Amino acid sequence: MKPLIALRSVAPLLLTGILVALVQGSLPDYWYFVLVVAGINIILAVSLNIVNGFTGQFSIGHAGFMAVGAYTAAKIVMSTRGLVSTGAGEQLVFLGALAAGMVTAAIAGFLVGMPSLRLRGDYLAIVTLGFNEIIRVIIENSEFLGQATGISGLPKLTTLAYVGMAAAITVMVAVRLLQSTHGRALLAIREDEVAAEAMGVDTTGYKVRAFVIAAALAGLAGGLLVFYLQLCTPKSFTFIKSIEVVAMIVLGGLGSVSGAFLTAAVLTILLETLRGFSEYRMVVYSLLLIFFMLGRPAGLFGTREIWDLLPRWRRKAAAGGAP
Amino acid sequence: MSAPVLEARKVTMQFGGLKALSEFELVIEPRELVGLIGPNGAGKTTAFNAITGVYPPSSGDVILSGERVNGQRPHQICGKGIARTFQNIRLFKQLSAIDNVRIACHQRAQAGFAAAVLRSGGFLADEERITRRAEEFLQVMGLAHRRDEQARNLPYGEQRRLEIARALATGPKLLCLDEPAAGMNASEKVSLMELVRKIRDDFGLAILIIEHDMRVVMGISERLVVLDHGVTIAKGSPEVVRKDPKVIEAYLGDSYLEEKHIAVPVGGGK
Amino acid sequence: MTEFLQHLVNGVSVGTIYALIALGYTMVYGVLKLINFAHGDVYMVGAFSGFYISHALGVEKEPTLAKALAVFVGSMMICGVLVFLMERFAYRPLRHRARLTALITAIGVSLFLEYFMQLSGWFGPASAPFPPGPTPRFFPQPMSFETPDLPLGELSIQKVDVISFLVAVGFMLALQWVVYRTRFGTSMRAVSFDSQVAGLMGINVNRIISGTFIIGGVLAAVAAILVASSRPSINPLMGLMPGIKAFVAAVFGGIGNVPGAMVGGLVLGLAEEYVAGYLLSSYRDGIAFALLIVVLLVKPAGLFGTFRPEKV
Repeated sequence: MKPLIALRSVAPLLLTGILVALVQGSLPDYWYFVLVVAGINIILAVSLNIVNGFTGQFSIGHAGFMAVGAYTAAKIVMSTRGLVSTGAGEQLVFLGALAAGMVTAAIAGFLVGMPSLRLRGDYLAIVTLGFNEIIRVIIENSEFLGQATGISGLPKLTTLAYVGMAAAITVMVAVRLLQSTHGRALLAIREDEVAAEAMGVDTTGYKVRAFVIAAALAGLAGGLLVFYLQLCTPKSFTFIKSIEVVAMIVLGGLGSVSGAFLTAAVLTILLETLRGFSEYRMVVYSLLLIFFMLGRPAGLFGTREIWDLLPRWRRKAAAGGAP
Repeated sequence: MSAPVLEARKVTMQFGGLKALSEFELVIEPRELVGLIGPNGAGKTTAFNAITGVYPPSSGDVILSGERVNGQRPHQICGKGIARTFQNIRLFKQLSAIDNVRIACHQRAQAGFAAAVLRSGGFLADEERITRRAEEFLQVMGLAHRRDEQARNLPYGEQRRLEIARALATGPKLLCLDEPAAGMNASEKVSLMELVRKIRDDFGLAILIIEHDMRVVMGISERLVVLDHGVTIAKGSPEVVRKDPKVIEAYLGDSYLEEKHIAVPVGGGK
Repeated sequence: MTEFLQHLVNGVSVGTIYALIALGYTMVYGVLKLINFAHGDVYMVGAFSGFYISHALGVEKEPTLAKALAVFVGSMMICGVLVFLMERFAYRPLRHRARLTALITAIGVSLFLEYFMQLSGWFGPASAPFPPGPTPRFFPQPMSFETPDLPLGELSIQKVDVISFLVAVGFMLALQWVVYRTRFGTSMRAVSFDSQVAGLMGINVNRIISGTFIIGGVLAAVAAILVASSRPSINPLMGLMPGIKAFVAAVFGGIGNVPGAMVGGLVLGLAEEYVAGYLLSSYRDGIAFALLIVVLLVKPAGLFGTFRPEKV
């Protein structure tokens, strides 16, 4: 790999890291918190969009994968406590634990993706929801995982810089996937599964892969969340959380990465600033969902990206620069 | 002479009590242009579905270039060199024309997921190659000017041609066209058949073409197979088939009525 | 043996409730191919309707049979109206759009009902404010059961369970009659088979669909009142689990199939009861989903359903 290309593949990551590192010291606590939550929601929405938006499957169990990743990471960090003393060592363990969480979540994604080979649309939705609930039931019954109270006393290892970089990775994966032959295969499945299959797309393989990627990223989000809250409980990963993520991508436009990014960020910030009305939060959510479906079922952006809405010359330049 | 590109041996398709296709036999040699004709509901599309793996045949064998492919999934069969179009156009409607064709080049890509995410050199070269290939096929089908337009916004005739471009892009040895001329007027049909012949000559592939209207394929097919109620009632050169009394019987109703400009009620079951 | 029979009794008692709710899912799915996600919340609204009516009638002070009937009928009517409005304003405009659009809307309606009912009350007395808020409320006994429970040795069968079983079976038999013996039922089955053709044959498809929704809503209300009479704690999220489980029951029996929903409900109720009783009691809520996943993988069409592959 040429050095220039190598640089290009990680440049967005470095940029975000530097930017967030510069900013995070000067933020008031409240905004720091809001931005962490927004970043995590961005990871969730953009990754779920790979399954629901690109591939046209319908998963409403994203929080289940979060839980798998979160509990894996939490258990690993807690069981290695005392073994590592230095700050750097702790950071390394943390990163390793996050990665392990991604792997276990990906395995869960593989297991849930398998039924999707046979199921379509609403049936699949119910299976993913069922998976979400089974995970919750298992956690609440497992002493090893702390039952309903969960695992508390986690060190506060998640920083805004980590969240920012994870969000950048997620967006990068989604956008680059979308603009590749693999992404087009996913889109083909969404558009017409029979035709996609006839054109040589291994539809089952791709569906499972979409699930695995999305699940791994959700696992990452879960890990980051619990090490920010310093608490890992099944309450953070209920079916309501899954629906919240679905709402974000539906409102943003299924299939639009920038749409998912923007709605996740805006909705989080909006709802956090309206904390006083937290009672009404889900009522507003649900009404938004209904009215959007009735009035603009494609969401804000449809399958388009923000840059598709820019003037033509800009689009041409973009198309020429990044085919 | 190499092995035939397609050999169907006693292929039977049964849906519940209905035999949609019984003991279907067909051999297609390389570069052959074969017409599969028959009245509505004769089992033509069923034969296609059996060959391309949409439904595995209830019994019998489908052999592609000497390899038995029964029970393989459509994408695997596509990889072995069969491409098809659909009777009721099945384009990726919300995607651009170029993307429709690029998806068909999918099996040519070597770079994996990681390469795509990291934008490795191999991946970029792959993408470039795929794009160029897709553009070529658009050019061939006279769709270059529609490159970035959404498939659903193309006029009907161009959608049909885009479907053919997409099928060609998979690099088939055998191209199966399911009523490509459906819904076209007489002169459009003629020029489409010219195009089909040209594709066969330029790309050197075998073509199996389904047509409901016998006269359309008479001119270009070297051989015809006639189906009625799932049974092969005649096969052979157009001249022979045209004179076959069984074919005339099966067809008389339809073509007679059409010539007299009597509206034919649309048959169901398609 | 007593234990086994006790589980049987409990399983059947829970199962009939699942079956009643499952019928609503299955019939709506039959005519619209829509999973009415909000159906479990209709059940919840049914319970709260009963709660408010009981309060208005002063049931807790002086329960009578007439009042019990009023609670029953009133709650059925409220649920009927609710589902009618739901179908008319949320689902009907989406009927010809992608199925997922309608599913997302249904999820939206479900969330709306759940969270609207969790808002703290705006009006009404402190004992029964509207909306009721998140805290569980006590559902007053619509009738007094002063006679002791049936004497069956160690086996305990509560009288309220017997009554609710009989009522549930009665409604199911009535439904069976409606679906297979009446003009409406014939039309409903026609719409379910092919709504377009049914429309061409002169069936008023909109009316049939509304009617189907209303029947489902009414049955959910019946289930709610029956459950609330024996387990009186009700809250705005009470519909979530029974709703999802009843859906599983419907899928198990073959969604769109009326007798299938009844069998599915009973099977699920019994499975839960026996697994919870003999194996792991705390895994009760997981059983439904495990069952669902197994069914969908082994026989996606369910017990009595027929799987129709997509035509190419």
